[in-house]
Amino acid sequence: MVYTEEEYQQKRPKLMHELSITAHLLDLALQHGAAVNARRVTDLYLVIGDLSSMVDESVQFYWDMITPGTLAEGAQLHFERVPIKMRCLTCNQEFTPPKGTFGCSLCGSDQVRIIGGDEFRLDSIGVECDQPLEMEKGT
Amino acid sequence: MVQVQVVENILSANDRIADQNRERLDQAGVFSINFMASPGAGKTSTILATHALLKDRLRVGMINGDLASTIDADRAAGAGMPSMQINTGGSCHLDAVMLHNALQNFPLDQVDLLIVENVGNLVCPAGFQLGTHLNVLIASIPEGDDKPYKYPPMYRGVNVLLINKIDVLPYFKFNMDYFRKGVEILNPEVVTFPICATSGEGVGAWVDWLADQVKRNRR
Repeated sequence: MVYTEEEYQQKRPKLMHELSITAHLLDLALQHGAAVNARRVTDLYLVIGDLSSMVDESVQFYWDMITPGTLAEGAQLHFERVPIKMRCLTCNQEFTPPKGTFGCSLCGSDQVRIIGGDEFRLDSIGVECDQPLEMEKGT
Repeated sequence: MVQVQVVENILSANDRIADQNRERLDQAGVFSINFMASPGAGKTSTILATHALLKDRLRVGMINGDLASTIDADRAAGAGMPSMQINTGGSCHLDAVMLHNALQNFPLDQVDLLIVENVGNLVCPAGFQLGTHLNVLIASIPEGDDKPYKYPPMYRGVNVLLINKIDVLPYFKFNMDYFRKGVEILNPEVVTFPICATSGEGVGAWVDWLADQVKRNRR
């Protein structure tokens, strides 16, 4: 979807970045809901890695604030949190480090690489439609 | 309820505007960098030091994002740089739309290199691409050696790391090996330069590297 300059000025979220994120999330949900002629968007399924700086509670707070009057009013946010995943280059095992540490929790080596935890996406939405969908819209 | 597949990055709308910014900058033949750091890490000092060493080779301009005031843009203008202030009105980061709007009025034909100084913040700017050619993080010694471990997204997403205020290293309990280990794990590809913006130490190496990047982009 391409916005005009004016539309963006209206939509442009301000203040804390969770509000920006939440506004973007609402745009995405409405856009994909409209694409299937949804009467209502009832659920949003988010996949968020622990390497993303996002506080779920803040997003929920802003969500309740900005959605009334939209197709997504009252929609439930489902957060699937993905832990940071690393691979140890010494013992070749995969592990999730305790918060604030990066070393291998199995052999203690500091030769490690990050292989997961950057996820930051809207996976799917749940919708109610007046007419049954012929086919789910792919991407 | 019917489930509809989306599978899209939450900030994909921002990324699309960022792509438009990049296109506009490329059309104008301008190389651009996004300077991010905590408040007080030395963003403006580093920009001024970079300009001082580059000004005979390249025309440098600056767009500055702050909650309020024109202090930084005034400093840049005082040094002879075309400069513009974006007052974010409370927003904790610049986003692609803010830069997009600023580019409408910025004299791109007067610069070869545009430095965008983001809002001083080690969390929020990380997720919002602006469309610049490089994302640069300035870390500074007084912030402490644990920052990569505490603020992974910022360290993870940058192309260049400038370690500023290297002159005060003897006075702080800053374990450089511990710091660099964290950086390496989060971002093995990052290019690092230790500098002191106010004395000029190490700035030459950074500036030569940057000038080379600008030249390569022109080809």
